[in-house]
Amino acid sequence: MSAPLPTNLEKGTSLWKDAWHRLFQNKLAVLGLFTVLFIFAACFIGGPIMHWMDIDPNKQSLADKFAGPSGDHLLGTDQLGRDFLVRILDGGQISLLIALLATLATVTIGIIYGGIAGYVGGRLGNTMMRIVDGLLAMPFLIVVILFREITKPRIELIGQFLIDEWEWNRDLVLRFSNILPLLVAIAAFGWLTMARIVRTQTASLAQQEFVEAARSLGISHTRILFRHIVPNMLGPIIIYATLTIPSFILYEATLSFLGLGIEPPNSSWGTLIKEGANYLETKTAMILFPSILFSLTLFAFNFLGDGLRDALDPKAAKD
Amino acid sequence: MLRIVFHRLLQTIVVVFVLVSFTFVAVRLVPGNPFVSDKALPEHLQESVYKSFGLNGTWGEQYVIWWRNVLTKGDFGPSTSLFGRSVNEIITQSFPTSLLLGLVAMTIALLIGIPSGVLAALRKNSMIDYGSMIFAMAGICIPGFVLGPLLQLWVARHSNFFNVAGWESPADILLPAITLGVGVAAYVARLTRGGMLDILSQDFIRTARAKGVPTFTILRRHALRPALLPTVTFLGPAFAAIITGSFVVETIFMVPGMGQHFVTAVTSQDYFLLQAIVLFYGLLIGGANFLVDVAQAAMNPRLRDAN
Repeated sequence: MSAPLPTNLEKGTSLWKDAWHRLFQNKLAVLGLFTVLFIFAACFIGGPIMHWMDIDPNKQSLADKFAGPSGDHLLGTDQLGRDFLVRILDGGQISLLIALLATLATVTIGIIYGGIAGYVGGRLGNTMMRIVDGLLAMPFLIVVILFREITKPRIELIGQFLIDEWEWNRDLVLRFSNILPLLVAIAAFGWLTMARIVRTQTASLAQQEFVEAARSLGISHTRILFRHIVPNMLGPIIIYATLTIPSFILYEATLSFLGLGIEPPNSSWGTLIKEGANYLETKTAMILFPSILFSLTLFAFNFLGDGLRDALDPKAAKD
Repeated sequence: MLRIVFHRLLQTIVVVFVLVSFTFVAVRLVPGNPFVSDKALPEHLQESVYKSFGLNGTWGEQYVIWWRNVLTKGDFGPSTSLFGRSVNEIITQSFPTSLLLGLVAMTIALLIGIPSGVLAALRKNSMIDYGSMIFAMAGICIPGFVLGPLLQLWVARHSNFFNVAGWESPADILLPAITLGVGVAAYVARLTRGGMLDILSQDFIRTARAKGVPTFTILRRHALRPALLPTVTFLGPAFAAIITGSFVVETIFMVPGMGQHFVTAVTSQDYFLLQAIVLFYGLLIGGANFLVDVAQAAMNPRLRDAN
């Protein structure tokens, strides 16, 4: 005879539900989340809508140059009479795309590299991390600039090959071969911190009973690492990834501002700010609008990242 | 302690060496050549030009010759983009400018960052705390290439004291140094606040409070030194941030420093100039990291007294 089960059991909450709840208690984080969503919607939905409405970012009209805001051009026009709003939204697409893809790449590389180093441990693991330490000691911006210079001509060659031999869409290939060198360079040196975080976590998780249990069941090492250990550190990974995005947006803009990132005919927030700096006195709006959107994005991502840290990792939360 | 110093010194040298070697290979992997790239020179002319610049050997030969000249004669070679000038001349002209700018920027960063971090921690959750943390977030989210032009527009244009750009009067250092320093000040403030909160919640501070020691004395005698450890650790990366930040700031304010030369050396494939500048940056950043590591070990008794 078993005792009757109590019927009014309190429903337990999962870690993620709990974190989600804590995140929504944090006003700044919620504000950041909605600002991020709004900016993404503006760039990736609003931009195409404007194109569809026949507002072309490349249509020049010198008669309309430096026009103020009007019904035709909501934010006015630039030095060549191009609609400024659509240029900012298109530039945002590139800035955000680079940051997102680079983050995705660095997280992937970081998990694989750091995971293996932490799981294997011993001499090999240590050597792997010494390499990371050495690379981390290099000044990031300088090595990224140099690395981009190496990859750029090679990527352009491949792009030309795809156009000539495989008859890929010329515009699309040129657009991507213009973005790719910067993306590759940032990703090539951006995964180091992620690898460090993952290694520390893996090394401590690998000692725990559930890993031993999995091993005694004969599960392969690869499967243990990526199906049992890695899912247990999604929290720190998500936090770090969220804080990586704004730093990559910043790097992209810095390099583009120096003329070592995105190049014409493409534009990003960095190139728009650079252009705007040339017309600082004649038309302040040209530097103001992209700067505002750019800084707003950084603020939003940072607030969201801080909020996620507080929500997912209550121990590390600042008191 | 001595072992730590020796170990770190060795590490620094290796890092600088790898960095410069990477630069050496990287600039040569880029297609094109350091000379006016639009028109290809006739074969025989190109050969003699390359020879006169010492670029005719294999990479290995060039590499060995360059290091030998640098280490034995202190000769960094000729500049290929600024005709008739040696790299030594360019560096001696621009390095002091960049160093001065960097030091003033660092001073500004510490003078703003440390006090606001300490105050924020002492008055946790007060208006001072929120104010300085909002300021810190702004410093991180409004980078130099946004802040610089805005300062030119809203400060320099409306005052007789500041020039919009240039490097003539002593006042010209202020706006670029502020632009450069604010971002670093933000991180310093956040780290100082965090370190301070950590220490202030510990037992020995509570004991001091219970004894009735005034807050200022607690700070000076007990809290400040351990609380600043994270900040000191950050000074190495901070130095690197100021150097890379100077690329942007020097361009905006037309400061005749090494940062501007770095950018043009990359775009014009000026092999010798680029190698020399990266060597200097590597030494500066590596040296700063080394000093920070040693200072950190000296500040932390547990590290200091370990053999």
